Amino acid sequence: MEKLYIEDSKHFETLKPSEETVNFLLNYSQALSVISCNKLKFEALLN
Amino acid sequence: MKKELITDAVLVSNYIKGDESALSVLITRHKQKIYSFIYSKVYDRDVTEDVFQDTFIKVIRTLKLGKYNEEGKFLPWVMRIAHNLVIDHFRKNSRMPKFDNGQEFNIFSVLSDSSLNAEKSIIKEQVQQDVRRLIEELPEDQKQVLVMRMYNDMSFKEISENTGVSINTALGRMRYALINLRKVIDKHNIVLTN
Repeated sequence: MEKLYIEDSKHFETLKPSEETVNFLLNYSQALSVISCNKLKFEALLN
Repeated sequence: MKKELITDAVLVSNYIKGDESALSVLITRHKQKIYSFIYSKVYDRDVTEDVFQDTFIKVIRTLKLGKYNEEGKFLPWVMRIAHNLVIDHFRKNSRMPKFDNGQEFNIFSVLSDSSLNAEKSIIKEQVQQDVRRLIEELPEDQKQVLVMRMYNDMSFKEISENTGVSINTALGRMRYALINLRKVIDKHNIVLTN
């Protein structure tokens, strides 16, 4: 029983996003630029 | 040599100034906590992945647009966004329920119970708590009129008699109370629907 609980908590700790998701976010961030023009802000995604 | 930990506030500030690597540190530092938080609500790996991604897209856009103003409270802010997106996910699913039957037809997938289920009751309760907390932040005169109108169900004539101001003033205070509430709700991306 004790082992079961220990295994569960270990499993919970390994919960994290996939590498693809993290890489996508970093790439998205690099591609996104905000252009300010007369107090207005425009978003542009550069590939 | 002792490695100094750069605070979230500094990383956020660096990121806003254009240091892309700061975002990588922030994600690495908090990904497990945020991911586990989302998973603890939705219990689905794919949905968790989507909500996690949407959360950080919102974070990135807000930071780049210069709309972030919660210095020193980065993680609670991200958690709040994740929480709101989880609620959005459940709301979307209740509007478009998935009929997840195997080969056999299950009558319960097409019958619905119109009463609030446990999850909806909790969300409703949270929304009501949030609204009450927001009302507490209003200026006293606006709060008084709003509480009398919405919670005590008084007419504007009764409110004007009770507070000693004209009906027009009471109407104006109500209007500004609602405007101020909307402003706060927009500013903090608060979702107040069930």
